[in-house]
Amino acid sequence: MSDTEDHILEVDKLITSFETERGLLRAVDQVSFSVPRGKTLGIVGESGCGKSVTAMSIVRLLPQPAGKILGGTVLFDGHDLAHASDREMRRIRGGEIGVIFQEPMTALNPVHRIGRQVSEVFRLHTKMSKREAWEASIEMLEHGRIPAPEKRMMDYPHQLSGGMRQRVVIAMALACKPSLLIADEPTTALDVTVQAQILDLLQRFQTERNMSTILITHDLGVIAETCDEVVVMYAGRVVEKASAKELFSKPLHAYTKGLLASIPTLETPSKSVLNTIPGIVASLGEHAHGCRFCQRMGRTDRQSRERPRFEEVSPGHWVETCPHCYQP
Amino acid sequence: MSTSPLLSVEDLRVHFPVRGGVMLRQTGSVKAVDGVSLDIKPGETLGLVGESGCGKSTLGKAIVRLLKPNTGHIRFEGKDITKLGQSSLRPLRRDFQMIFQDPAESLDPRMSVRTLLEEPYVIHGLGGRSDRKKWVNELLDRVGLPAASADRYSFEFSGGQRQRIGIARALALKPKLIVCDEPVSALDVSVQSQILNLLVELQKEFGLSYLFIAHNLSVVKHISDRVAVMYLGKIVELASAEAIYRDPRHAYTKALLSAIPSPDPTVQRKKILLEGDVPSPIDPPAGSAFGHRIKHPRYEETIGMGLSLREIAPDHWVANDPCCVSEADWKTLQGQALSPSPA
Repeated sequence: MSDTEDHILEVDKLITSFETERGLLRAVDQVSFSVPRGKTLGIVGESGCGKSVTAMSIVRLLPQPAGKILGGTVLFDGHDLAHASDREMRRIRGGEIGVIFQEPMTALNPVHRIGRQVSEVFRLHTKMSKREAWEASIEMLEHGRIPAPEKRMMDYPHQLSGGMRQRVVIAMALACKPSLLIADEPTTALDVTVQAQILDLLQRFQTERNMSTILITHDLGVIAETCDEVVVMYAGRVVEKASAKELFSKPLHAYTKGLLASIPTLETPSKSVLNTIPGIVASLGEHAHGCRFCQRMGRTDRQSRERPRFEEVSPGHWVETCPHCYQP
Repeated sequence: MSTSPLLSVEDLRVHFPVRGGVMLRQTGSVKAVDGVSLDIKPGETLGLVGESGCGKSTLGKAIVRLLKPNTGHIRFEGKDITKLGQSSLRPLRRDFQMIFQDPAESLDPRMSVRTLLEEPYVIHGLGGRSDRKKWVNELLDRVGLPAASADRYSFEFSGGQRQRIGIARALALKPKLIVCDEPVSALDVSVQSQILNLLVELQKEFGLSYLFIAHNLSVVKHISDRVAVMYLGKIVELASAEAIYRDPRHAYTKALLSAIPSPDPTVQRKKILLEGDVPSPIDPPAGSAFGHRIKHPRYEETIGMGLSLREIAPDHWVANDPCCVSEADWKTLQGQALSPSPA
């Protein structure tokens, strides 16, 4: 990987497993990527590809006791989070790293008022008094473009719409001016017009504060509009990594190509046959050691049984070089 | 219109009572569908788009009479089915079926796939045991599932396969119309394209009509012949899919289209960012609902106007709403003699 100065976060060969009745299952299998300072990195992939587990591993919010980081390093500002103490992690989460989840209702406590929940962030991470925290919270909600913030502070989460709740969650995540924001499907549950508002809000915060973002989504449209760098995950591994421009114009892995060709856009002719990716993703316990996209395609020759190398084929463009799936 | 419609909906209203207070008296009503008129022709796909809470699912359910409308008319092949009771509806239900967003919730987990797919035949008293067995195998084959699936249970399948079971079940009685309520929203993109392709194939093969309800505009554009845009219980624009996307006339349609993220980083579209959320259908604005959201200066004029659909160009209908159409279009609309609604 390149020098630390440019990157706020460097994930190297991260391995995360879950202890289950069927044994130890590896959900994230040697994933490496880094987030450039002040930029947005997108992680895209289908359900079960390990994108959320990767994010949860970074902030060490894996389901306990089943989830475990079994290998690799997560260097945040030069400091390894994979081996940090729980106490240290509590300080970092919500402080230097903000996290947003898909469903804002699960991130908010339904029995406490918005004001109490937002100001709690300041109380935990700064030395503010109750009153100062309350004032700071109002200011934060205002930043999040929430109308009548003083009134909203007294509301309970259920009194707000989905879009407003997500704004509150964003305000909480950004309260302590984190240098890295991890947003896991932040707009998936929202309508398109509200999605556009939220993405706009996130981008504004990012440029104002020179913040870095990891945006996890299954929506390639959202990736194309907001990300500088993109990581494509398939079955627990990164199959391709490049700048957004390069990835969309010159995808090199068969899976990325298939994914891009399957989405109908406003330009595709009506009722034309869309590209499909045959087969389904193997379940976690059945992942092959070799190329996992070959596994989906039903290829069993010697080449697909070997684990493909993840190589930089042109500056900044990394891809799993399986002889079948690497298609330059 | 050239062919007589398969389904025709006229000024349909579905209101749900809101109860409150100690005595649970009715304190208001949710106007989920508030005066909708539309037609679906044989073999046609009508797309229905709108944001959550706009009433699109309620409209779909009312059309297949899973809900009882308050007023208005639903005519299926000319027969008024609006007020029919369950027993008189049952024989007609063969002709209109529904596919739901989450097949896991619409398929009984205690029934094998064979039982699930045989059920429609049993209910309608069709065929003997061996006929049904044959039909079920044909259905599975048609939706791309192996015959061995028949003896498994729905929860053993992936989301995409479960949706195939849902489609097979809807197809069982050879319907003429299928209302598809967000059939691909819960699926991953590579699976979504498989299901969309299947729906298009089936339509060609059986001459099916679809009412395709979705919030994903690219998907709707892909599968629809015509598209209706719904906002707060009303249809605000209705035109061919191509015309809606190339030349939207209603401000809400324009905003909706501009908000779709394009999967091409080189395309930089100008976004129309809307303020706020969809207003509550319990207490909708008295005039133009969208005009109210964008705080349009002419909003006051629209109170009591009716805002019915008018034909702005051949087969292109838009709400007669000064807040939401361009000035030129507004003049054209005013110059028209009162034209009938599209129904």
